[in-house]
Amino acid sequence: MMLDFRRWIQSIATVLSNAWLLFPFTGTIYQGKLKSLCVPGLNCYSCPAAVGACPMGALQTMFASVRPSFRAGNFHIGLYVIGTLGVIGSLAGRMPCGWLCPFGFMQELVNKIPSPKIDIPSFLSCFKYAVLAIFIVALPIFAVDIFGYGENAFCKYICPAGTLQAGIPMSFLQPRLRDLWGGLFMVKMAILLFLILSMVFIRRPFCRTLCPLGAIYSLFNRVSVFKMVHHPDRCVRCGECYRNCPMGVRFYEGANQNNCIRCLQCMRKSCKYGAIGHSLSAAPSKDTMPSGGASL
Amino acid sequence: MDKEIDVKSVLLLLLFTFLLVAGINAGEVQAVWKKAIKVCLSCMGLG
Repeated sequence: MMLDFRRWIQSIATVLSNAWLLFPFTGTIYQGKLKSLCVPGLNCYSCPAAVGACPMGALQTMFASVRPSFRAGNFHIGLYVIGTLGVIGSLAGRMPCGWLCPFGFMQELVNKIPSPKIDIPSFLSCFKYAVLAIFIVALPIFAVDIFGYGENAFCKYICPAGTLQAGIPMSFLQPRLRDLWGGLFMVKMAILLFLILSMVFIRRPFCRTLCPLGAIYSLFNRVSVFKMVHHPDRCVRCGECYRNCPMGVRFYEGANQNNCIRCLQCMRKSCKYGAIGHSLSAAPSKDTMPSGGASL
Repeated sequence: MDKEIDVKSVLLLLLFTFLLVAGINAGEVQAVWKKAIKVCLSCMGLG
């Protein structure tokens, strides 16, 4: 079954992204050459087991050091990271969120805990674009210190993956780091705990409202090589796609909505009428255009 | 479904492939690596 297959892929991606299992012996993070590669999902590179670079962390540090970089004549403006994200997005849109992101995987697992499920207003989905614009772009570039360095504002003030994957384990791996626990760490812990609690009741709350990486990928959903296709002539709008969607997307409102993570669960598991399909490198013909306006 | 090449998709893919190659040529891979191998205190909420 496709659903089981996706769980396998998510598990493998999570393990491959965090495959440095020698960290208890080295006492620090992996420092090999693989760290120059950006992983497709949100996975903190200060996690002691991480073997790749988090694209959001890498993008922020490139933006944060753009002025000193220019002064040194290097002209590093983040093209490598932007190009990596753009190539992935152009090919698959937000599909990495549904198949490869370890933090997204964790949210789906936590949401399996039996509890009443609630939905969130759709306007909250817009916040992730504000997070992207302010915390990933504006603050690292413009809020600089006297040396011209900005700060990784998203990592520092928001990122729950950093707290979970790096802050907590590294504090136990290197006990002296606990001396640095202060107000900021407590705020980040509160954000993490609030989000974990939210995950029990809400489907992928972080992905839908805060994730800047998802925000970037979502911009490609309508123009990527891989596209979802809706067959309105077969759709009865029964809402089964919405009930089983890990992102709470009503597929019949638009085939390539920004919140669709292309997990294909609706196509494989939910829709009994064959109203959901996908295509590669093809524009939907007129009879398969989305039936309604897309929403965030 | 009638398939037709989506020009926008292909152009975007080419554009970002170009940016990726330009970034690699500019030495940004090394720059990313240098930052990624350092323990990031701010990522942990410690600095």
